[in-house]
Amino acid sequence: MIEKKSIFKSIFEKPWEQSQALKDNNHDGKALSITGSKLGVRYIMVVSTVIFSLLIVSYSDRMLVHDWKIMPEPWLLWVNTVILVLNSYFFHKTKIAADNINYTKIKKGLFIVGFLAYSFLIGQLIVWYLLISNDYYAASNPANAYFYLFTTVHGLHLLGGLIFWARITSKLLKGSYNSENLRHNIELCAIYWHFLLCVWFVLFGLMLFT
Amino acid sequence: MHDDNEYKIEAKSDNVSDVGTFESVTTSDVDYLPPKEIPDQDLYHSHSWWTTYVFSQDAKYIGIQYAFTAIGTGLLGLILSWLMRMQIAFPGLGLLEPAAYYQFVTMHGMIMVVYLLTALFLGGFGNLLIPLMCGSRDMAFPYVNMLSYWMFLIAVIVLLASFFVPGGPTGAGWTLYPPQAITAGTAGSNAGITLMLISLVLFVAGFTMGGLNYIVTTLQYRTQGMTLMRLPLTVWGIFTATVLAMFAFPALLVGCIMMTLDNVLGTSFFMPTIISMGEKLGTEGGSPILFQHLFWFFGHPEVYIVALPAFGIVSDLISIHSRKTIFGYRMMVWAIVGIGALSFFVWAHHMYVSGMSPWFGYFFATTTLIIAVPTAIKVYNWILTLWKGNIQLTLPMLFALAFVVTFVNGGLTGIFLGNVTVDVPLSDTYFVVAHFHMVMGIAPILVIFGAIYHWFPLITGRMLDEGMGRIHFWVTFIGSYLIYFPMHYQGFVGVPRRYFEIYDSPYMSVSGLSLNAFITVAALIVGATQLLFLYNLIFSARAGKKAEKNPWKANSLEWLTPEMPPGHGNFGKELPKVYRWAYDFGVPGAKEDYIPQTTPPSAVVGSKVEKS
Repeated sequence: MIEKKSIFKSIFEKPWEQSQALKDNNHDGKALSITGSKLGVRYIMVVSTVIFSLLIVSYSDRMLVHDWKIMPEPWLLWVNTVILVLNSYFFHKTKIAADNINYTKIKKGLFIVGFLAYSFLIGQLIVWYLLISNDYYAASNPANAYFYLFTTVHGLHLLGGLIFWARITSKLLKGSYNSENLRHNIELCAIYWHFLLCVWFVLFGLMLFT
Repeated sequence: MHDDNEYKIEAKSDNVSDVGTFESVTTSDVDYLPPKEIPDQDLYHSHSWWTTYVFSQDAKYIGIQYAFTAIGTGLLGLILSWLMRMQIAFPGLGLLEPAAYYQFVTMHGMIMVVYLLTALFLGGFGNLLIPLMCGSRDMAFPYVNMLSYWMFLIAVIVLLASFFVPGGPTGAGWTLYPPQAITAGTAGSNAGITLMLISLVLFVAGFTMGGLNYIVTTLQYRTQGMTLMRLPLTVWGIFTATVLAMFAFPALLVGCIMMTLDNVLGTSFFMPTIISMGEKLGTEGGSPILFQHLFWFFGHPEVYIVALPAFGIVSDLISIHSRKTIFGYRMMVWAIVGIGALSFFVWAHHMYVSGMSPWFGYFFATTTLIIAVPTAIKVYNWILTLWKGNIQLTLPMLFALAFVVTFVNGGLTGIFLGNVTVDVPLSDTYFVVAHFHMVMGIAPILVIFGAIYHWFPLITGRMLDEGMGRIHFWVTFIGSYLIYFPMHYQGFVGVPRRYFEIYDSPYMSVSGLSLNAFITVAALIVGATQLLFLYNLIFSARAGKKAEKNPWKANSLEWLTPEMPPGHGNFGKELPKVYRWAYDFGVPGAKEDYIPQTTPPSAVVGSKVEKS
């Protein structure tokens, strides 16, 4: 695609001038040289980043108060982290398979990805169960409350991603896809998964070190 | 999220190139455009009544659904304001219980700011105008767009449901400050506030889906030749407001989620140690100020989320109805973008009396005054657009002019309140009420009316009745000054807001008392006039005067569709090609005083554009 001027540069154009008009007539009507879906995924990632940043800001404000009691991180969280890393890795492999249009590998890859994502979510629920059975309630300390809040919001994001994963997988199984769309959608999903992995690193690191 | 419908738009009409009064000219060198490289947008085609009108994926219908829902909710807000005003002016009637008064204040505020103004400007006008003005067949993701509306509708239903739960809706004020919002003694501190918070979370979720469409469509789905700087300012306003919403609404979401947990699970995100009715509650250590920061980090940009689309629309109305190029188009775009950026650095001016450090307050006072600069540039540009223009005092123009006056009015009192030293004594008085109703209530509503009178023919193919419209305009315009001017005076003499009866308090002078009754009578009359407007909408949609095509002789693409109202897919067989910006009014040498955006250069050979 054509190289695009940045939006911030384009607001200095003078659209009423003859010389500018001749250039503008050839404009294809796109501000960025990416697809609409990719821009959409970026939009979602920006909104999510804002949400998580605000949560982290409020976390750092709240942890300074005297009643904050550091909560232990169960070992299972490390297992879940490994699962999430593997999840991203396999999504990357699936993306490569999609680039090479290898349908068996894509199918296999998507199944592994889905399985790992659900394992992660179930793992998180088990962590909750362990914590609750050891009397770490959300109401008993703000540190606990933030833990449940972070894991819930992160988990909901993953569930949202799984909706699109399910759409891609079902289309693939039914055979009703167009290979370029399929490749592009897998790429976008993979980006989103890597993004959620980064978010998890930040959240987990934050809880680990404070 | 990729659309993969197999079929493309069918041919609807073949007279696309026939634009207004300009003869189509055979292609010459000046008009040459390279063939299009990008395939046409895939489009969803509905096959039944349900998917056409109810679960519609067509942005035009979604826009109208948004508008109806928002106006319906707004009517409730209007009725609530009547009841409040009756209570304030005639407390002797015993019309409202104290709790009901606070509940009505809260719901009135929340409905008007979020569920009426935000939804109508972005959901309503955004959906209707963005695809049409950008020259695209529909929004980028029509299915997500449909979900956005239904999410909004559910949010409204949840909000209204709170009237029917035990304890009624929340009475915490539209700012919902904890701890009082969720502590016993405040009306609706259990079910009411929970439903309100859930409703807001749903609204934000639905709105994020809508915003996805507005941003992606504006940036990536414009027609050939439509650069960003050729877009009408309406689109710029709505687009920038959506970008603001993308950063501001998450703050509301986070605040709402955390407060819901405080209320339902008993966590202490915002709840400090409290002794309520002699008993110590289980919470400790939470910071109510944190909620205020989150709320206003959303709340101030929210003011501009409403104002920027209004700025954009009013720029177009003034330009079209004074038959003159908008003065300083680039400066207008920069001002919109600048106001948008600055709006994130002023939030704490809503919190001068929250006990913050005075130095912090002075920082926010400074940023608040800086934001007046781009805003003033816009006002000057509107006035300079009018200067020596061929001003048509049509209904949209009247409303646009009224907006400029009202906005300046409310803006000036904003400069008072932006200063810490002036704000502290005026805080929580009727001066504040007068200020924000002028700048954020009346001003945007006037734009909405102007916009409805302007685009009604586009939606229905008929004009709104002129006579009823003029009555509506003059009563609304003069009436709102009768309501809010006296409130400034009341604020200066120290009448506090939020008091449900103050008739025998020493704050209240005799003049203040009779002013209260006067304001209420004015409010009742202005409110009733809105019913005339609604009647006009219904009456004119059925039996109004048939509108000719492009009745206001505007340049932008929404009027250049092959049929009016525009059909499915908006532009018939082929998308329009754009050769100029939307403001070629009164070009020297041109036959008519306007040149639509699709008119190729060869059709206006003699015309000259002045060098800047």
